Amino acid sequence: MLQAVSLSCRRGDRRLFSGVNVTVQPGTLLAVVGENGSGKTSFLRMLCNLLAPEEGAVLWHGVDIRRLKEQYYAQLTYIGHLNGIKDDLTATENLLLTAALTGDRPSEASVRDALEAVGLKHRIHHLPTRVLSQGQKRRVALARLWLSTHPLWLLDEPFTSLDQAATALVTERLRSHLQSGGLAVVVTHHEVALPSEMVQRLRLDG
Amino acid sequence: MSRPGLWETLRGIIWRDVLLAIRRRSDVAISVLFLVIVASLFPLGVGPEPAVLRTIAAGVLWVAALLACLLSLGRVFTADYLDGVLEQMLLIPQPLPVLVAGKVFAHWVVSGLPVVLLSPLLGLQFGLEGEALGMLVLSLLLGTPTLSMIGSIGAALVLGVRGSGLLVALLVLPLYVPVLIFGAGAVTSSMAGIGGEANLSLLGACLVLSVFFAPWATASALRIALE
Amino acid sequence: MIPWFGTVAALAIAVGLYIGLLVAPTDFQQGEAYRIIFVHVPAAWMSMFLYVVMAVWAAVGLGLNARLSFMMTQAIAPTGAMFTFLALLTGAMWGKPTWGAWWVWDARLTSELILLFQYAGVMLLRTSIDDQRRADRASGVCALVGVVNIPIIYFSVQWWNTLHQGASVSMTAAPKMATVMLTGMLLMTFGFWMYSLAVILSRARCVILERESLQLWSKPSSVAEVAGVR
Repeated sequence: MLQAVSLSCRRGDRRLFSGVNVTVQPGTLLAVVGENGSGKTSFLRMLCNLLAPEEGAVLWHGVDIRRLKEQYYAQLTYIGHLNGIKDDLTATENLLLTAALTGDRPSEASVRDALEAVGLKHRIHHLPTRVLSQGQKRRVALARLWLSTHPLWLLDEPFTSLDQAATALVTERLRSHLQSGGLAVVVTHHEVALPSEMVQRLRLDG
Repeated sequence: MSRPGLWETLRGIIWRDVLLAIRRRSDVAISVLFLVIVASLFPLGVGPEPAVLRTIAAGVLWVAALLACLLSLGRVFTADYLDGVLEQMLLIPQPLPVLVAGKVFAHWVVSGLPVVLLSPLLGLQFGLEGEALGMLVLSLLLGTPTLSMIGSIGAALVLGVRGSGLLVALLVLPLYVPVLIFGAGAVTSSMAGIGGEANLSLLGACLVLSVFFAPWATASALRIALE
Repeated sequence: MIPWFGTVAALAIAVGLYIGLLVAPTDFQQGEAYRIIFVHVPAAWMSMFLYVVMAVWAAVGLGLNARLSFMMTQAIAPTGAMFTFLALLTGAMWGKPTWGAWWVWDARLTSELILLFQYAGVMLLRTSIDDQRRADRASGVCALVGVVNIPIIYFSVQWWNTLHQGASVSMTAAPKMATVMLTGMLLMTFGFWMYSLAVILSRARCVILERESLQLWSKPSSVAEVAGVR
């Protein structure tokens, strides 16, 4: 269970939001919506302890994440608006290394499966990701979701530059994650095509 | 699945950066080439008298190595910062200072170690021989990791800041002073026949000190930079 | 408070200079030139002392996440740099007639020069970062790293000096001070101290007002901080 307790945020001299209270239960997804510059990304970064809140706290099963630190990081998979992949490494290398560092130990076969599940054909698995298109790079980043064994997913605009087919694949993956008791927080402009009992919406505005 | 051990994660961090350096060999080549050119300019400026060259050899080679290290500092974190890999590193379930130490070590392997390996050649250019030459290599071997460690603090502080290249030089060069003094001192005193051991132990002490404190400072600077 | 500190500073510096320049006896070795140390030594003391104070504020700021501490750090830096520069300048003026050279690579002089670079680094880092919070914290870390470094640098330069024997004249061999001289020196130090307090506090007030004016929504608590400084 992930809780945000009266979170407040300001960037520079602007107050983005204040007093945000929200609870994410296992099996549900929190969709964070709001205009550009309303602090959605900041909110998500607070949830993974990359940004210290001005006021308030984030609790994981009732404990402040600033206290849990590494224990908390071992529970989450975060995909920011940057892909976090290296242009000079191949898709396979990127996934193997990133997953190994964040605590999953996938085999090369499962990495291949993950890349195929996100719709990337086998012939591009071993190209440097620098030659891939934006959408393909985003798919490589999101393939981590198929390898992730962590209960909490924090995704920043996952559907940006994805086509309809890939959006559907990722949504399906989110559904199976929630069904197996996982939690997710997704910042997005797109509608998440999931049953309404799974989705909770949080609107951030000034 | 269980959490991987610290060693495994550390190996992953180091291996990734070494692999990237292998893919982009030109980056490594540039800083080595820079060192060679800087060191070769001095004889052209000072004149070819072997006696003069021998006197300034230690200082010149050490300053050149220091500048080469400074030049490569931008590569420690900048690329990772821009493509989001750094952000992911902060969320690895292991203590950040240790991960930073691994990253700095990898950086030393690809940019400091080539300098050390090349130094005997440059030493010969300046007429260093025998013991002094060995002392040059040894002092660089002990000193350049310290330069990388200290430099990483500066590199982390100026991440994403405008004019960061010059700023990092201003922040880091004062901190490099002790290393420069002990390093060049080791070579000079071995040439003078006093033996450079005392200087070497001081270099070692600097290394130990920086290995203990710098990753910690760098880690907090990275957290600040990514907020 | 600020005018009060300012007045005391002016008085102490005036009396200190009077003692230093007119009352204190002429040194039989160095002649009249030595009188510059009445400015030089207190300035050097202040430059180091202020750096430590700045670093302490930075540590408090980083530890407790207190914005006011960072404002103090920001306010102290220019004054500290000014004293460092003053110490270097007067050191050179003293060095020319005494050592016969404007600049000598003495351990103290070199450390003082590097201290100046560090002040410059802290200030420049702050101005290059746009985000206020990040600027505060990054320059705080920078100041803290520097404070660890200064003793190491002093030690290493001294070591280096003994290696290059004859390159320098030690300043430590100064003759024993007469009571009059000591009084003058202490008065000057006190005056500089008061001056620093006055300047730093008024600069801190400017910093606070400047920052608050950017933040129109400022909370009551920060107003209390302003009041506290006055």
